[in-house]
Amino acid sequence: MKQLRSILEGIGSAIFLMLRSASFVGTIPSQFARVIEQCYLIGYTTLPIVAILCFFVGSVLALQAGYSMQDFQAQQFIGSLVGLSMARELGPMMVSILLAGRVGSAVTAELASMKVYQEVDALVTMNISPERILVLPRLVAVLVMMPVLTIIANLVGWYGGAVVCRYTGFIAIGPESYFAAVRHVVKFKDVFDGMVKAEVFGFAVVLVCCNIGLNTRGGPREIGASVTRAVVASLILILVLDYFVTKVLI
Amino acid sequence: MDLPQPSHIPHVTGDALTTGVAIEGLSKSFGSLRVLKDVSFTVKPGEIFVLMGPSGSGKSVLLRHIIGLEAPTEGRVLVDGHDPMVEDTRGHVRMALVFQDGALFNSLSVYDNLALYPREHRLGSEAEIRERVMHALQILSVEKAASKLPSDLSGGMKKRVSIARALVIQPQLLLYDEPTSELDPVMAATIDEIIATLKDEIRVTSIVVSHDRDLALSIADRVGFLMDGRLIHIGPPSGLKAPEDPRIADFLNPKIDIRNPRFKSLEA
Ligand SMILES: Nc1ncnc2c1ncn2[C@@H]1O[C@H](COP(=O)(O)OP(=O)(O)OP(=O)(O)O)[C@@H](O)[C@H]1O
Ligand SMILES: [Mg+2]
Repeated sequence: MKQLRSILEGIGSAIFLMLRSASFVGTIPSQFARVIEQCYLIGYTTLPIVAILCFFVGSVLALQAGYSMQDFQAQQFIGSLVGLSMARELGPMMVSILLAGRVGSAVTAELASMKVYQEVDALVTMNISPERILVLPRLVAVLVMMPVLTIIANLVGWYGGAVVCRYTGFIAIGPESYFAAVRHVVKFKDVFDGMVKAEVFGFAVVLVCCNIGLNTRGGPREIGASVTRAVVASLILILVLDYFVTKVLI
Repeated sequence: MDLPQPSHIPHVTGDALTTGVAIEGLSKSFGSLRVLKDVSFTVKPGEIFVLMGPSGSGKSVLLRHIIGLEAPTEGRVLVDGHDPMVEDTRGHVRMALVFQDGALFNSLSVYDNLALYPREHRLGSEAEIRERVMHALQILSVEKAASKLPSDLSGGMKKRVSIARALVIQPQLLLYDEPTSELDPVMAATIDEIIATLKDEIRVTSIVVSHDRDLALSIADRVGFLMDGRLIHIGPPSGLKAPEDPRIADFLNPKIDIRNPRFKSLEA
């Protein structure tokens, strides 16, 4: 009962935070520097691991597919399978999970420490809305960066699959036929749907992490507790939203 | 839904508060802990009100109510007739709080800490802002620290920077939470002078939480004494010289009794 209540409270306050931040959209041009800085942080911290992780996700997909398809002589479809899975599901999913781990945790830690050390209070007394300068730039930046990261994730994942197909003995499919299979099934809509997913997940992750950070109460110990809570909440949220967004998009 | 506030604050100096601060039957509880109990007093425009009291008596909590960071459980606070919790009020009345432990923005340099307010509210060109910020830093002799991060400052320097940050706002109502607690006597005297000068020149209303009796005697117009969440005394600073209330007398002049030390009686 208590758990349920705190979950509902969390959702409520996250939505309220979103509306508060949205009421400042007009200030985005004047906060251009902050948005760029956040874009840089999001891209810089997640890009390397997105690349490494998605390369291996693509590779493993190709390897597993090749292994299970070798009896049917259906290796030419590996490209289609990897292509679709990455674009529709794994690309956005992996990017969002890494975003939660690297960016979400950092956002929560920063905002929670600002809250605990009364920096947020100081902003309020200066009549500077924390939603405007702390939350809004991050939300805008994540919306800008998610499609970029997802495209890179897809490309790297496809490429990982191609490498495995080329150099694995029992698959032995050249890049030309692999990418022909990718091109054959992956339509623009698939890639686009994946990006919609990534936008939804990324936005939700940053919103929830900001909300938990700003609602931190108590001493420095609570900062760590907030970070843990934010990452766990983000991961659960990604998986739950995944189901609903997929359902809507299909 | 609140709409975005126009980022414009009139910043003519010398516009004192019109009705001052009124605190009416203010009580505050955190859970079952009653921190403030039916506190009422007023502070007139241009007055220096010094608030004294033992540690934990609720002084900081009271200041947080006046600046609108905390909602009263009972009673109300009015600043120039407005509720400080309402965002609009901060557009009408310029207020600043010098936090007890500074509350400087740790990711910003000292300069940017001070420049944030005028930049966000567009109070002039970057050159004008620079002048305003450096002036405030000079008043508190911390201009050399302008490019440092707060984490690289000493305790007393942090305090001075946070006072400078409040001055940049050019507040009509300035609240200080123990402004001189970490400063050497010369610097503490400078702060006293700043508070008094702001009052004389531009009629800034000040509420100063302090344990410093000399400060109270030299600059206060009135002194309030908070004990255990209640305002037990309010009057002119001369009353501090020979306080009638034994609790205040004991607080101001604790008698040291080596043969029968306090901590022994606390242990018992
Ligand atoms: N956010 C809060 N939640 C719960 N209790 C609080 C909170 N803020 C303050 N208190 C409690 O209120 C009481 C008064 O605190 P306050 O900080 O106002 O004391 P103070 O008079 O400023 O003391 P000091 O001189 O040591 O700064 C303390 O018992 C403190 O534990
Ligand atoms: Mg205090």
